[in-house]
Amino acid sequence: MAAVLEHELSMYYHSMKAYVFGAFLLVFTGIGALLYNINASVANFEYVLNFISITFIVLVPILTMRIMAEERSQKTDRLLFSLPITTTEIVIGKFLSLLIVFLIPVAIICLYPLLFSKYGDVYLPTSYGTILAFFFLGLALLSMGMFVSCLTESQSMAAGICVALMLFNYFCDTLADYVSSTTTGSVIGIAAVIALLALIVRYLTKSDFSGILVAVVLAAAVLAAYLYDSTILEGLLPNIMGQLSLFTRFNTFVNGVFDVTALVYDASVIIFFLFLCVQALEKRRYNG
Amino acid sequence: MFHRLFTKIRGNFQRKFSKQPYAVNAADMSVSAGIGREETALIEVSHLTKRYGSHTAVSDLSFTITPGKIYGFLGPNGAGKSTTMNIITGCLAATSGDVKIGGYDIFEQAKEAKKLVGYLPELPPLYVEQTAREYLHFVARAKGLKKQDIASEMEKVIEETHIEDVSDKLIKHLSKGYRQRVGIAQALLGNPEIIILDEPTVGLDPAQIIEIRELIKKLGESHTVILSSHILSEIQAICDEVLIIHKGKLVAFDKPENLSHALSGGNTIELCCEASADEMTQLLLDINKITDITVTEENGETCSAVLTVGEADPKAICREIFLAFSRSGKILQQMNPVSATLEDIFIEITGDNSKESNEEEENEEENDEENYEENKEE
Repeated sequence: MAAVLEHELSMYYHSMKAYVFGAFLLVFTGIGALLYNINASVANFEYVLNFISITFIVLVPILTMRIMAEERSQKTDRLLFSLPITTTEIVIGKFLSLLIVFLIPVAIICLYPLLFSKYGDVYLPTSYGTILAFFFLGLALLSMGMFVSCLTESQSMAAGICVALMLFNYFCDTLADYVSSTTTGSVIGIAAVIALLALIVRYLTKSDFSGILVAVVLAAAVLAAYLYDSTILEGLLPNIMGQLSLFTRFNTFVNGVFDVTALVYDASVIIFFLFLCVQALEKRRYNG
Repeated sequence: MFHRLFTKIRGNFQRKFSKQPYAVNAADMSVSAGIGREETALIEVSHLTKRYGSHTAVSDLSFTITPGKIYGFLGPNGAGKSTTMNIITGCLAATSGDVKIGGYDIFEQAKEAKKLVGYLPELPPLYVEQTAREYLHFVARAKGLKKQDIASEMEKVIEETHIEDVSDKLIKHLSKGYRQRVGIAQALLGNPEIIILDEPTVGLDPAQIIEIRELIKKLGESHTVILSSHILSEIQAICDEVLIIHKGKLVAFDKPENLSHALSGGNTIELCCEASADEMTQLLLDINKITDITVTEENGETCSAVLTVGEADPKAICREIFLAFSRSGKILQQMNPVSATLEDIFIEITGDNSKESNEEEENEEENDEENYEENKEE
């Protein structure tokens, strides 16, 4: 694991990617700090982080697109598989390298509130709490990007899908307002989600049976809930969408609330996607 | 002049027949028995099957590899060589069947098993943005080498593969031959018992091919090497044992010379002498076991012919021919025993239905035994 971590870090700092990522993040932080803290004379550093969180949509794919897709296109994954290291170690090693590449600019960002507190009243707990949430948000998004990279051989494809995923995540909350909140609307929406899930399961397992099974079980559950009490389904879909968005959860921190559930949620997202990464690599090893 | 001819013929003799026929070895037995369970087995593959959807790449493959030899995987493109190697090295999971390396199951005890193997896939898996040294350092770390050993181990493999001059260049600037060497160096790190090389000479120029072959031969002295190729002369030149794979099945597993002996179905001798065709035939008629004489060229002074000697040992017959000519004072310009090349065997095996050729092999072996009995009676 340490070998993979060290190797990935050297790859990131050999190519310009880690520098580009760090530089962009810091440039936007600088612009944000200039706009909010200096020009508008606001003492809350949280607003700056809120402002720059949109840059993740572009910055995350820059880092994650190559992480597995490159190995596959260069056939170096064969080497990783033939070395005495497990798939889990490969995935964790790679994720830790992302963590370190991300941690360095975040550590520099940590200096900002301290610097500003020299010249005015900065409420440090909310600032640092938000920086922590910002870090967790970034990691969760990076783990998603890494999973996308595990699925494909082409880096540009990985980047494209990753951007789409980040955008969906960012606008999920806004979109939720436009989704029908009536019972029928929810049922239709949920049916579409179930169909999508069943297709994904079918694709991952290559078995028609498990795909149909997932669809039938979920449909039965929804039907049972509908028959039991149709009001449960009212507004369910927009609620789910609102809950899913990582950015929405980050906004509670910006508003000055230290929300532990959000951190736990981010951590679960990370673990979930790393688990999916391991599965995707194992599947590739199985199917050749 | 005569003396020179004599030494030339003798040299020819020694070259062709220096290798004595060997007894059937244990590895061969395991093929006929299905699975061979031996104490010394280094790699044990039993009933290995790999399917891609409806396509079967490897079907019910079983063989045992014993330490200290160079093994050649031979087969046409798409025969399942790479698939088998990928499964043995743990890069690919099998649909069914077991692979044991040094007693460790490659699927269950992957770490222990993988430590015994160094693998160079068909395309050398190199990180082109790194220098050869950085790359080797990563592999050494990933192989779990002790920190204090890494530097010395790296120097050792760099020296062994002769990449000292390029070890600080970025891999993307290296030529194909050097990349291949870096790939081999990677496989050698940690001094694994087994080195598996998938088509190590593909895409290299002739000089590089010879260099890589020499390198493999040298590796064979201290490691068990398995290499795959569809170049027959290469396998014949380097390998102690040949596994011929066709359509995912093992169709032959033996020493190259045994294979040629068993499957050639009659050896021939090419002959050129300073005599007329009649004189030559007269001399040769005295030697029994020559089943057929075909005169290919006669121009008054010299005469060429191809002799069919059936199942008899061409070495003994050449000796008799030589003595017969020297007794009669005729000059033998050239005598060349032609045993079937691996190429003939390969075409014979892979051209036919694999089942048929297996039967043929067994029959041939029986014939050999009969001949041996006859010889003893004489």
